[in-house]
Parts: sequence; structure tokens; C-alpha cells
Amino acid sequence: MLSGLFLIGEREHMLSDLFFFIGEHGQPMQTTMLLTVIAVLTVVGYFLGRGRAVAIAGGRLSTLHSVPPYHGFFVALWAGVPALLLLAVWVSCEGPVIMSLVLAQLPAALIPTDHQALTLLQTDILNLAAGVSNGREPDPAVADAAGLYNTLHMVAESCLLALGSALAVAGLTLARRQIRGDLRARNRVEAALNVLLILCSLVAILTTVGIVLSLLFQAIQFFTMVPLTDFLFGLHWNPQTAFSGDVKGSFGAVPIFTGTLLITVIAMVVAVPIGLMSAVYMSEYAAPTVRSVAKPVLEILAGIPTVVYGFFAALTMAPVIRDVGTALGLEVSSQSALAAGVVMGIMIIPFVSSLSDDVINAVPQALRDGSYGLGATRSETIREIVLPAALPGIVGAVMLAISRAIGETMIVAMAAGLAANLTANPLAAVTTVTVQIAATIRGDQEFNSPKTLSVFGLGLVLFIVTLILNVIALRVVQKYREKYD
Amino acid sequence: MTDLAQETVLRRSVYKSEAFEAQLRRRYRAERRFQLAGIASIAFAAVMLVVLLTTIVLNGYTAFWQSRFDVEVFFDPEAITPSGSREPAVLSAGDYPALVREALLAELPEATGRDGRRAVMEMVSSAAAYRLRDMVLAHPELIGTRLKVSLLASDNTDQFVKGHIPRAVSEDKRKVSDRQVEWIDRLTARGVLASHFSLDVLTQSNSRQPEQAGMWGAVIGSVMTMLVTLGMAVPIGVAAAVYLEEFAPKNRWTDIIEVNINNLAAVPSIVFGLLGLSMFLDFFGMPRSSALVGGVVLALMTLPTIIIASRAALKAVPPSIREAALGIGASPLQVVIHHVLPLAAPGVLTGTILGLARALGETAPLLLIGMVAFIVDVPGSLSDPSTVLPVQIFMWADSPERGWIERTSAAIMLLLAFLIVMNAVAVYLRKRFERRW
Repeated sequence: MLSGLFLIGEREHMLSDLFFFIGEHGQPMQTTMLLTVIAVLTVVGYFLGRGRAVAIAGGRLSTLHSVPPYHGFFVALWAGVPALLLLAVWVSCEGPVIMSLVLAQLPAALIPTDHQALTLLQTDILNLAAGVSNGREPDPAVADAAGLYNTLHMVAESCLLALGSALAVAGLTLARRQIRGDLRARNRVEAALNVLLILCSLVAILTTVGIVLSLLFQAIQFFTMVPLTDFLFGLHWNPQTAFSGDVKGSFGAVPIFTGTLLITVIAMVVAVPIGLMSAVYMSEYAAPTVRSVAKPVLEILAGIPTVVYGFFAALTMAPVIRDVGTALGLEVSSQSALAAGVVMGIMIIPFVSSLSDDVINAVPQALRDGSYGLGATRSETIREIVLPAALPGIVGAVMLAISRAIGETMIVAMAAGLAANLTANPLAAVTTVTVQIAATIRGDQEFNSPKTLSVFGLGLVLFIVTLILNVIALRVVQKYREKYD
Repeated sequence: MTDLAQETVLRRSVYKSEAFEAQLRRRYRAERRFQLAGIASIAFAAVMLVVLLTTIVLNGYTAFWQSRFDVEVFFDPEAITPSGSREPAVLSAGDYPALVREALLAELPEATGRDGRRAVMEMVSSAAAYRLRDMVLAHPELIGTRLKVSLLASDNTDQFVKGHIPRAVSEDKRKVSDRQVEWIDRLTARGVLASHFSLDVLTQSNSRQPEQAGMWGAVIGSVMTMLVTLGMAVPIGVAAAVYLEEFAPKNRWTDIIEVNINNLAAVPSIVFGLLGLSMFLDFFGMPRSSALVGGVVLALMTLPTIIIASRAALKAVPPSIREAALGIGASPLQVVIHHVLPLAAPGVLTGTILGLARALGETAPLLLIGMVAFIVDVPGSLSDPSTVLPVQIFMWADSPERGWIERTSAAIMLLLAFLIVMNAVAVYLRKRFERRW
């Protein structure tokens, strides 16, 4: 019982550490030291609090409102949480505050009015302060500013260490003094844990908000350069030429959308019939032994990473399709949409199959029995009774599968290529939204060229389309489940 | 009487008539066709799985064998240290390719002239000279002696020995010249050139040369990324599941959270990459290409899976357990921490392992946060640039040389082995601890 609670108490600090790391810019020694101090004080606080509760009870624990460990956690929380909050706030505010102080010291002539140049100057100061030279001889005033930055940074770090330790000690002492027999320590600790639980369940919301904000923010910047209508209805996608002036005509995303659609349709042509028929066979016909073999096969297929499918598509499927096509006298691109689509279909078979399996199993047995009673064969029952009854659920499953296919990246990145052709020919090379995103961004871009920003426009479209599909599909499936419950 | 008999015959004849029987046969045929379609579907999936795994293994197992030249090397003082100094700086600047060349030319005396020497040097990996340098740096006393050393063959030689570069095509379409083919045959016959079992593909770090490339750096990167993901996704996911399942009031806010989690589970993974790029790299300024950012992005991606699995596990614990604990005076939080969570732990663990297995195979979001950089060093900390196994596979698969195919396949074999182990553990846990109430 105690060890369980202790783990929960510790976990809270682990989380705080993680959040702290996210805000960290340099590698300040003092921050690590402060963290150690806080950790030690927290553990010490736990034992002090528990010890004091035991001493107050004087051998008669029943006089306490809460058992001693809760008093320990109470003190530990007071020692750790305020200091950690201070640390988090400090670390996130320190950089900008010091920078504004440093800039105030610079001669006014050196400070540019333009936002971008200001950012550049700040980067210069930070680099100089960190001892990274950019090759140019720095302006003496800027070098001084970097020196000042370092001094202020040192002072701030020492202040943080002193203040944080003081806060931890103060929290510990005050909390320990509060311990009495009737202190409702358990309720206080549980209230704190409750807050933690709520915060954790908000992380999912924050993630969504983060996705929407980051996509929107950059996409809006992109749409100030390229009009939305040009992007959505333009027929030419050629971001490479965007630098030579023709920004407007280079970002027509229609070839990309049709390419995505083409590959998705091919994948669905493979996945839906095969997935649905496997689900029907497994739930209506298969003997338990067949099921016990077929189910793991589909599960393994579902567990294979997409990069492996991509390798398979590029190495095995594409040459096979090209050879067959050439033998038939057709001209097949070595990066044909067909190869990528078929392999993506294979990847999605288990997805369709397991969703349809659930849906088909939810159809009440009474409907089947009624059909058999009228003399229908099994296949007639399935086609005329079970599948129509399960149709809404199957539609939902297919929609989820489509959303999955649209968002799939690695197979198309490895087997489909980058050529933005506006074509419906499955033997030609096409490109998709995800491929364009993955090929343009490699983590080292500045967000100023229309080419980089176009990725966020594509990402926004991808997010909105898959979101709509998912919302509708989830609602349809839920409605369907309720119907037979 | 006769009328009645006739009527019976008539009535029976409706069901015995040709037309009816034909219809019945048609219906049974349709039944069989339908059933066959079902079997064919499952067979298609199974065949594809078998084809996929076989291609990978057939292409990949040869990566564990590498061709080497077992030749006698003379550690020529003239080439290593013309000045005679034994300073490490001087020793490491020595002309080691010359040692390799001389050793091979001793086996192939007819290779003369510039072209001949170049053709010989093409057959051996650049790693051979580094190997000799490292040997000399570690043991300077080798200088002036002769020693039998095993020198790594170049990618083209290796692939030819393994039969991946076909012998039958004409010389201009082959990466190995006719002259080199003859040498390879002769050296193989003499036992100088031979394939040896080698784990270099696992234990070496990345390289631009396929015959020298290994995946150790990517394995370490994967492990560190998974540790970050585990450390972040599991506590947050379980805490969120506990709140939503056990404590949350039913109101509009919790509904929004629920819908939101379900939708987040279906957001394309590459969108998480965009989130990582513009939020963590650009806004928070976290280190690029690092296991830290990769782990955080994958944690956010895995979170919905873990929350959904944990909620299912919590829901499976019967209410009688909670009521009994409440009845003897436990607080709601004590009920959950002391009773419900331990009983739900196997389910939570299974869901966690499956979520992590998915994260381990994930590639797309990591490309966007720059884990595709070419990194030779094994990452030493969470903020070092690193790469992970699936991204390594993607990069190797993109390279043109024939040798990359077997390296890529070998890396896939390792990745699949990891995934199989994780899934097997999940299945075992489910079987071992699953309780039906």
C-alpha cells in the first residue's frame, strides 16, 4: 500500500522533470543542481512528515486523522511542487527577460526596427554568448552584449538556485509545522493527485490544440503568399521553380490531390473486398482451427511497420508489375501508382477485416435464424440479411480505412515518387500529399520560403479531410452499435 | 381417387421439376462460390505475408556473411613512417592503402600499370586501410613485420561472390570487370578470398559504404527514443485513463475529451511530425534530430492507444471490487490505487506494449523532425543527433548500390524480430494474467 502511493508521488516529479526539459535551452549546471536539491528535500520531507506524525500520535495511530505516510506525502508535496513550479516559470521566462535587458543596453543605432533583422541580431548574441563563432568579426557592441548576456545568465541561474532551494526548504518547514493529529493530510494529498490526473487527461486536448495551431499558423502564412484558390484549384505543382518569381502558378495542389485519390482508390479496391470477405468467412464459416490460423496471419500483417511495406513495394511489387505490364505491351512507370496502391491495400486488409468482423458479429443471431428458417442458404443469408443489416458499420469501417490510406506516408514515399502528374492512369507515376510533406521537410528548414510553408497547407488539408472522415465514421459506427445493443 | 393421386404427383413435381432442381443447383453453386471467395481472400492475405517475409529473409540473410581477403601484409616502415618517428600523429598519417595494394598485388602479380593497380584496389573496401592503421596505432611494434590479415572486400566484390551481380551479362553492364571476375575466381579457388560469418551489420555504426555499414547507432537511437516515449506516454496515459474512467463526471467537457482522444488516435502519423517540427523544434527550440524530440512526438502519438487500452482494462475490473473496498472505508483514490489499478495492470501493460510496438516501427513523423540525418556516431545522450531503426531502413532502401538491399533486409529482420518479441510478450501477459470475472 505504501509503496504504491510512493510511486505515485514520485511519478509526479518525473513528469515535472520532463516538462522542465521541454523548456530547457542551454545546459545550465544550476538547474540540474536545483533539481537534485528539490529531489533530496522531497524525500527528506516525506520522512520528516511521517516521523512527526508518528511522534505526535505517540504510539496511538488511531488518534491521527490520516495514517502517517499521508503526512509524509503532504510535506513532500509542499517541498517539491512550489519549487518546481518556480523552476518551470523561471526557465520559460528567463531567456526573453535577459534578452530585453541586453537589448536595452545596446546603442539605439544598432537595434533594427525590422522584426526579422531583430531575430537575426538576437541569434548572433546568443551564438556569441555560447561561444559559437559565425566566422565574421563581431561588432564590439554586440560582443559586449553577449558578455552581458552571459553575466546576467549566470546571475539569474544562481538566483534561481538560491530562490528555488529557499522555497523548497520553506515549503517543507511550513508544511511540517502544520502537522497535527487532526490534519486532513490524506484529503489534501488526494486533492493534489486529482489535479494531476485532470492535467494528464488534458494532454490529449493540448495535443489537438497544438496540432491545429501549428498547422493553422504556418498555413495562414503560406496563404498570404499563395492565394487559397490557386492552391486548391491550380493544376501545376512545381515548388522548385517557386524561387524564380512565379510563386502563384507553382503551387496548384490538384495533381497531388488526384494522385492521393488514385492511390487510395487502388488500395480500397484491394482492401475492401478482400478484407470484407475474410471477415465474413472468419465469422460465418470458418472452423475454430482455421480461425486460429487466419486471425494471427492478419494480426501479423497489421503489425508490420509501414516502412517494411514500402521496401516490399519498391523492391518486389514494382518490378513484378512492370514486368507483367511490359509483357502485355503496356508502358509502366517504375514508380507506378499501382504498385504503391496494391501494397497499401495489403496493409489495410487486416484493418478492414477486424473492423468488419466486429460489425458482423454485432448483427443479432435472430436475424440469421429467421433467414435460415425461410430456407435461405448461408451465402444468401449473408448477402441478403447480414451485410445489409451491417451496412452502416461497414461503411464506417471503409471510411476509417480511407482515412488511413490517405494519411499513409512510407509506402508512397518509397514506391510512388515525387512527380506531380495529373493523370488517372494507374501505371503512371503520381505523388501524394504525404510524400510531398515528407520529401520537403527534413527538420532543418527555416519557415520563410513558400516551398517549406506549402507543406503546412498540405498538412492542413490532410488533417481536415481525415478528421471529417474519422468523425463521421466514428459516429456512424457508434449509432450502428447502439441500434443492436 | 385418381384425381387426388394425380394432384400429389403434380404438387411433388413442382419441387422435383427440372427448373426447380436447376435453380437449387444454381443456389448451391453460388454458395460454394461465395465460400471459395472467402477462402481465397484469406489465402491471398496469407500468401502475401509469406511472400513478404520470404523476400526479406532471402535478401537479408546474406548480410551476415562478408567476403574477405586473407592476405599477408608487410607493415612497410617506408610507407607508414618515412621519418621513422613513432608519434601517433605520424603513424595515423601513413600510406596504409599502399600496404593493402602491395599485399594484394603479391597475390595478383599480373596486375600492372595504373589501371591494373586501380582495378585491384576497387576490389577491396576502404575499411581495409583503416583496419591496418588501427592495428598499427594499437601495436606500433608491428611495423617492419609480416602478418596474415583479413581485409574486407569491397561491396561489388562481395555482391559478385554472393551471386547478386550476375556473371552472364556483358562487361559494360556489370559493376565488376571481366579481369576482376577472373581474379575473384582465382583468389576464391586459392582460398584467399572467402565469405565469413560476420555480425558487423549489427555491431558497426552507419557508413556511406554498404560493406562497412551497420545498424548499432540506429538500435541505440531506437532504444533511447522508446525510453522517452515510455517514460512520457505511460504515466500520462494511465493517469488520464484513471481520471476518465473512474472519476470524471459525465458532462460536456469529458465528452469533448473522449471524442478528442478517439479522433487523435486516427490522425495520420505524419501530422504529428508537423506538430513536432513547428512546436518542439521551432517554438520551444528543442535539439534537432534528437531522441528526446522523437520520443516526445511518438509519445503524443501513442498516448490515445494507451489511454483507450487502459480504459478498457479498468472497465473490465468488476464493480464489486470497488464496492468492497469502499465498504471497508477506503477513499475513492485508495480504491483505485490499491485495488483497481493492480487488477487492471496486465491489461494496461499489454496495451502499452502494443502501443510501443507501433511507435517502434513508426517512420514518417521522425523524418520531419530531422532524424534522417546521416549520423556515424552512436548517440550518447538524449539530445544528441540520432536516428532510429525504421528511419535507417528508409535511408538504406533509398541508396542505389546493390549491397544496400541485403543491409536493408537485415535491418528489417532485426526490426521484425523486436516487434515479434514485444507482441509475444504481450500475448503471454494476456494469457498468463487475464482473469475472467
